Amino acid sequence: MATPASVHAHAPQGFIRRYIFSLDHKVIGLQYFFLALTAVFVGMFLSLLMRIHLIWPTAVLPLIGTIQPETYLSLLTMHGTIMVFFVLTTAPQGGFGNYFLPIQIGAPDMAFPVLNMLSFWTTFVGFVVIICAFFVTGGAPLHGWTGYAPLSALPSAGPGEQLGADLWITSIAIFCIASLMGALNFLTTTLDMRAKGMTLMRMPLTVWSWFITAILGLLAFGVLLSAGILLLMDRNLGTSFYVPLVVVNGVVLGHKGGSPLLWQHLFWFFGHPEVYIAILPGMGVTSQILSTFSRKPIFGYRAMVYAMLSIGFLGFMVWGHHMFMSGMSPYSAFAFSILTMCIGVPSAIKTFNWLGTMYKGRIRFQTPMLYAIGFVSLFVSGGLSGPFLAQPVLDIQLHDTYFVVGHFHLIMGVAAIFGIFAATYYWFPKMFGRMMNETLGKLHFFITLAGTYAIFMPMHYLGMAGQTRRYSQFTEVAYQTKLIPLQTFMTYAAFVTIAAQFIFVINLFWSMFKGPKASDNPWEATTLEWTTATPPPHDNFGGVTPVVNHGPYEYGVPGAARDYVMQTDPATAATH
Amino acid sequence: MANAALEHGAVEHGLSGVYEAPLFGAYSKKVGMWLFLASDSLTFGALLFAFSYNRISTQGWPTPFGKDSIANATIMTACLLSSSLTMVLGVFAAQRRDRAWTRNWLLATMVFGTAFIVLHGMEWSKLISEGLTLPGFPKPAGQAGEFAAVSAAVPQFPATFFGLTAMHMLHVTIGVIYLGVVAFRKWFLPVLGVIWIAGYFLIPSDNVFHYGIHALGLGLLVSAVILFLKPKDYDAHDVEVAGLYWHFVDLVWMFIFPLVYLMSTRI
Ligand code: HEM
Ligand SMILES: [Cu+2]
Repeated sequence: MATPASVHAHAPQGFIRRYIFSLDHKVIGLQYFFLALTAVFVGMFLSLLMRIHLIWPTAVLPLIGTIQPETYLSLLTMHGTIMVFFVLTTAPQGGFGNYFLPIQIGAPDMAFPVLNMLSFWTTFVGFVVIICAFFVTGGAPLHGWTGYAPLSALPSAGPGEQLGADLWITSIAIFCIASLMGALNFLTTTLDMRAKGMTLMRMPLTVWSWFITAILGLLAFGVLLSAGILLLMDRNLGTSFYVPLVVVNGVVLGHKGGSPLLWQHLFWFFGHPEVYIAILPGMGVTSQILSTFSRKPIFGYRAMVYAMLSIGFLGFMVWGHHMFMSGMSPYSAFAFSILTMCIGVPSAIKTFNWLGTMYKGRIRFQTPMLYAIGFVSLFVSGGLSGPFLAQPVLDIQLHDTYFVVGHFHLIMGVAAIFGIFAATYYWFPKMFGRMMNETLGKLHFFITLAGTYAIFMPMHYLGMAGQTRRYSQFTEVAYQTKLIPLQTFMTYAAFVTIAAQFIFVINLFWSMFKGPKASDNPWEATTLEWTTATPPPHDNFGGVTPVVNHGPYEYGVPGAARDYVMQTDPATAATH
Repeated sequence: MANAALEHGAVEHGLSGVYEAPLFGAYSKKVGMWLFLASDSLTFGALLFAFSYNRISTQGWPTPFGKDSIANATIMTACLLSSSLTMVLGVFAAQRRDRAWTRNWLLATMVFGTAFIVLHGMEWSKLISEGLTLPGFPKPAGQAGEFAAVSAAVPQFPATFFGLTAMHMLHVTIGVIYLGVVAFRKWFLPVLGVIWIAGYFLIPSDNVFHYGIHALGLGLLVSAVILFLKPKDYDAHDVEVAGLYWHFVDLVWMFIFPLVYLMSTRI
């Protein structure tokens, strides 16, 4: 009995209501997506400058001049912060989550559309604020994305630590509030607005991953918000939460009695869940795509759900593994070490389930699938170094070296980006009504895969050889010179990889306007977004409320007419 | 499962058609509020952690609060406890659809909340005048009050005190405004405006609240936007959701009061 929904059927008119201050979750999703796309190019440009500086520290660049050591620190801070917050947190959750979570559960919109709009615009303000940090006196902060005190707490500690650092903290605080609003909305929507028949265990794994990510965000960002407020107090009101008695340039500052460790606890209590906030949506998308393109049900659906839940749960109990070298008691280091290795178990379960899904599948190697496979590859290569770092004894050697940089770039940086690429290639037809170019997509994939391995694999060797992270001008240090050829190789690899990203951008925008028209279900997938029109109407299902009769991954069902059964297909005896 | 399909949620979101039963009750705003409170409790949790961390790692944590401070804080606590009671009565009245008593009880809750804020503000002013200040604050004129020594010896003490209580005071203020909007709709706006302006002129300019009162201005702006964008009448659910927030803010105080005050009493 489908009657048009009274409120949602009419799309608002006028450019501003439709595209700027839109309440439609699909438009908001696209806004997040394009914000992240802008941010990723800013972040990538900064990394290009860093790579250049690492091997040619005295080079004079057009317009920019020579990069000073302090500037190098500013670059790495802004690179890390922009990438972690405004790309890896924004695109998978804010972008794709916003667009597809309501559709995949059969809802016409988010539970709180106004809150949804506010959360995007708050994120946007946060981005503007952090970009401003480049242009104030002293420039951008030096303290890295982790903002360790006392460096981050003392305006006199360096050029970027003046107004730039205040803007950095403010931006993070704004981002926290935006993420809280988003998380609340995602959770309520999933709990309250599932179409009939969309039981919890029939939700696509993407929905599960956004849901669990939202739980992590809800619990983690509040802590970072408090930590940031205290840091602002230290900087502007003279308190000493994070600052012990310090001397800067021979001057004893007024602070005393605080503890830099307090910041590290609060930051990493947020920071470790944050790395899972970045990766979980990628895991969801990968599961979805591997199943679709292998034409097989996902291997171990329930195991996947429980693995994600336990990753989320354990993720809150391991933050201390970032602090082994910060003067932690060996007993707590031991506990954190054990708990950290426990996370390896659900991670391995997921990996084997992905392999199990592909095993004996009739795999279609289209671009989304390639990226999903790439995700698995990167997740494994980046994840294997985790248990090594989780040993306090090994971490003494490896902490704050390029080994850690290699670990987290493979697993968090590039793997999550591969998740975003996979999602883009996979959902592009639904979002824009056209297909992306396969040849360009494959070219982009192979160069990016080879390129990122070429950049980040050697970092493990550098780290084992003792090269520290966050240092500029290695070329000037005698005992480091033997490692410079490797760094040079990485820089050239970065040039190629960065250049390859323009293939993606060209493909994206060209296909948006000129690509061949997409059918409603080009991948022959089963979930609800493929049952509706392309692109979906304002209320997602054109006044119809879908009724779900099947699980999300019924491929190759014996006795079915096609090799896949969509979630809304009539119930059949064979599927139960 | 068919008969479990929700009714209320569908109405609330303007949906037609049949949906799965919502997991935690049928009212999304209530779920949303619970979730917000979960995250807010971690925000406060982090501040309480920072307080405990400082307290444990600082030798000779001062215990300067005398009888008057404790008496004052006890009255404040009593205000909040009573306000929780009136809040519950307000929710009951709303569920009976008794509009007059809903308003009365919410007003009583607001009065207790305001009493709490005023008492707390006076306490702050007194402590500041006796020298309990942050290094970045302007120093009081007289100086050499008994708290000046405390601030000099353990700067963590005023820092955690003001950090925690300011955050809580902000929450209570938001709570009072929230209740005002729910109970009195647009009629509340002029009242809030008057309190804001009057407060600004009545509070001497060397008092922090001379500037702090501008929080009310911000509250006025936000309430006005909300009231004009969604001019609906609030029902029992809305009162209940506001109540959740209010009880939570009370609950937080039940942690702050013993930790910050009682455990720092002069014996
Ligand atoms: C089996 C799973 C994992 C284990 C055992 C593990 C272990 C560790 C350890 C011990 C460190 C600290 C190294 C140090 O600073 O000395 C670390 C750093 C890091 N890990 Fe992992 N990790 C795992 C998975 C992940 C995942 C899935 C992500 C992200 C998606 C991630 C992202 C990071 C990041 C971003 C850092 C460095 C942060 C920084 O210092 O800037 N890790 N990991
Ligand atoms: Cu971690």
